[in-house]
Amino acid sequence: MDLSFGEEYELFRKDLKAFIKQNRHEALGGRLKSDKTDAWQKRLIENGYTARTIPKAYGGYGATLDIVKSRIIAEEFAHAGVAGGMSNQGISMLVPTLLEVGSEEQRLKFIQGTIEGKIIWCQGYSEPGAGSDLASLRTSAVLDGDEWVVNGQKIWTSSAHIADWIFCLVRTEPEAKKHHGISFLLFKMDTPGIEIRPLVDMTGAANFNEVFFTDVRVPKDQIVGKRGAGWMVANAILGHERDMLGDPNGALSRLNSLITLARSESLNGDKLIDHPVYRDRLMKLQGRVMAMQYNDMRILSSRLNPGQDAKIARMIVKLQGTELRHDIEGLGIDMMGEFGLCYGDNPDLRDNGAWQSQYMFQLGLIIGGGTSQIQKNIISERGLDMPREPRAQQVKSQEANSQ
Amino acid sequence: MEFGLSEEQTLLQDSVQKFLSGEVALDRVRESTKNKNDKAIWQGLVDLGISGMLIPEAQGGVAMGTLDAAIVAEQLGHHVTPSPFISTAVIAPTILSTTSTHNDLLAAIALGESRVGIALGDSIALRHDQGVKEDKGLLSGKATFVLDTNADVFLVAAQNKSIYLVEKDQLKINNRTTIDLTRSTCELLLDNSKAELITSDESVYHQAINIGRIMLAADTLGAAQCMIDQAVSYAKEREQFGRVIASFQAVKHMCAEMTAGLEPCRAMVWYTSHAFDNLPNESEMTTCHCKAHISEIGKFVAKTSTEIHGGMGFTDLVGLHYWFKRIGFNRQLLGSPEMLRSEAAALQGLRNV
Ligand SMILES: Cc1cc2nc3c(=O)[nH]c(=O)nc-3n(C[C@H](O)[C@H](O)[C@H](O)COP(=O)(O)OP(=O)(O)OC[C@H]3O[C@@H](n4cnc5c(N)ncnc54)[C@H](O)[C@@H]3O)c2cc1C
Repeated sequence: MDLSFGEEYELFRKDLKAFIKQNRHEALGGRLKSDKTDAWQKRLIENGYTARTIPKAYGGYGATLDIVKSRIIAEEFAHAGVAGGMSNQGISMLVPTLLEVGSEEQRLKFIQGTIEGKIIWCQGYSEPGAGSDLASLRTSAVLDGDEWVVNGQKIWTSSAHIADWIFCLVRTEPEAKKHHGISFLLFKMDTPGIEIRPLVDMTGAANFNEVFFTDVRVPKDQIVGKRGAGWMVANAILGHERDMLGDPNGALSRLNSLITLARSESLNGDKLIDHPVYRDRLMKLQGRVMAMQYNDMRILSSRLNPGQDAKIARMIVKLQGTELRHDIEGLGIDMMGEFGLCYGDNPDLRDNGAWQSQYMFQLGLIIGGGTSQIQKNIISERGLDMPREPRAQQVKSQEANSQ
Repeated sequence: MEFGLSEEQTLLQDSVQKFLSGEVALDRVRESTKNKNDKAIWQGLVDLGISGMLIPEAQGGVAMGTLDAAIVAEQLGHHVTPSPFISTAVIAPTILSTTSTHNDLLAAIALGESRVGIALGDSIALRHDQGVKEDKGLLSGKATFVLDTNADVFLVAAQNKSIYLVEKDQLKINNRTTIDLTRSTCELLLDNSKAELITSDESVYHQAINIGRIMLAADTLGAAQCMIDQAVSYAKEREQFGRVIASFQAVKHMCAEMTAGLEPCRAMVWYTSHAFDNLPNESEMTTCHCKAHISEIGKFVAKTSTEIHGGMGFTDLVGLHYWFKRIGFNRQLLGSPEMLRSEAAALQGLRNV
């Protein structure tokens, strides 16, 4: 066991700390497409604090992959409470995909704009009939001359209303088996034939949408990977999305806010932190956060040391991480009692209403990106090698037999 | 021994259920929360005699019991109905019928002509600068999470737990938005406000709080049951992987676990309501546990049934969040589970001091 990363890394951390200290007033992050954020994002790229391993030719910093440094970056920004590099579906899902399976032309065309926050993407995977069972998607694309003609519907498409482009799963080989008939297309959201209807979610905001395609014409070369290989293209990065959703740094930063809340709010004359019941719940959550942080260290270590196995440690991250976040937000509400109910324009709102809206949003993340039940299926079937449930066909024939 | 609802109570349940599912379906709830106006819905309930349930016959009521009121509260929760039921029809009569000085007001409540707001909860858990003080018969201070912005008159508890009647023109009423748009809550500002003492008997204060807690528990019972019902029927309809999701054992077990948790809550609401009217020695302690326990089960049901709806559950389309938020609201009002459990322990002398 050796927890130090060595001198080089400590120096890297020191420089980064100094950078954050000097420039923190400039960081305004979070907002999409605001000039301020773009400028901050550019500064971060120039200094190698985001888009670090993306080659210079595509607008990145061009460093070789060093997961320890990536991790130090994530940690330091989280600790400082300063917005680090932008994170959106284009940056965290599409860019890695293009790097892995995109054509040189596609990389040159899209990566720089995306990492600089100039091109906003949305992810067009789910459909009304294809959520957990994504591979049953039906949106079709038929080749007509030099163009794909896309027809169908997507749903729960986050950010579609503000996106410039979509990366979209479509069925191009209707005759093939369901996982083999899918392709991965890129197209502009202002292409004729696209209709976007915002969907209000339970928090009252409209961050996701229904998207309808009627004869949307997409240039033939805007396909990533081969025809019919879309399922593999999409799966190359699904694991990445799940790591992102369960990120222990996010949990740590919310736990710290919770501690601040417990220190500042009071109950019957005492600070909440002095109430054993709330303090115990807080400490329980802290223990869970710590376990997830060390689990993350172990995953990191397994990538540095090829002999180490952390397969299951990684499989549980999305399940545990999103449930943990939901519970942290829930304690924030409980600690404030009635005042935890304040919402919207209520002047008694604490932290801009984050506790309530995050409590709901985190439930959304428990569902999105592969539900908790699907995660448990993965853990038991792929992690513990347990047999799958009988398929529908078998269920039906067994029922028929028993009648 | 007979533990359950009487024939009359089942009839009451049916008639409220029929009215609410017919006339106050979700569209109507949405509309009412948007306009912040529940008057028409309340009038419908008044026509059913709901406003006079706990009011003596002499004042035009029907003098029913706490269990009857809980049955109505459960239905209101089930249908996420916006209404001043808990404040006007339950807590106000509980307080006002302990004196003989306000028979007119009781009669007006029974007729649906008066709505009484309730500001009792501030001393349960003091968190900020809330609270109302009495000085020479005048009230000053701030009452928070007051039920019913649309009330004509308010019953306000001062810090000494005496309860006063305050006319609307003596107060400043500030609308206060909470997550639960089906509930109208406000803040009252009092500044040497004229007030009429109703009672300084502390036991009346506790009775009022406790019957309110039972109603909130019953409301969560109904809301949670409705969420389970919706999850079960959605699971039987929704297909993924070529089969209805209800055929996945994971989904079945989620539904079974919710049901196993909630079913005893029904008996707990019945018992607690019965105890309120008949078993004074154990009533308070039972009430604390009843609301605390149902709040915990309700929280689990709210989350789990939303999960069963997948991404649809997170949208406004199915409106499931109205139930989710109603259960969240009931959990905190008039005592959060932590406060209630510590009260329950104290009531039994379970502490080493
Ligand atoms: C906040 C949020 C953001 C999203 N953003 C996007 C986006 O940007 N782009 C996009 O394409 N999609 C997005 N989604 C969609 C998301 O990926 C789906 O909602 C999710 O995959 C679940 O699919 P579903 O909603 O169809 O639920 P269903 O698949 O219908 O699931 C319903 C219930 O059945 C259970 N279930 C299903 N199959 C099984 C099984 N085999 N075993 C056990 N239980 C099962 C589920 O766990 C769930 O409880 C988003 C969703 C949310 C909530």
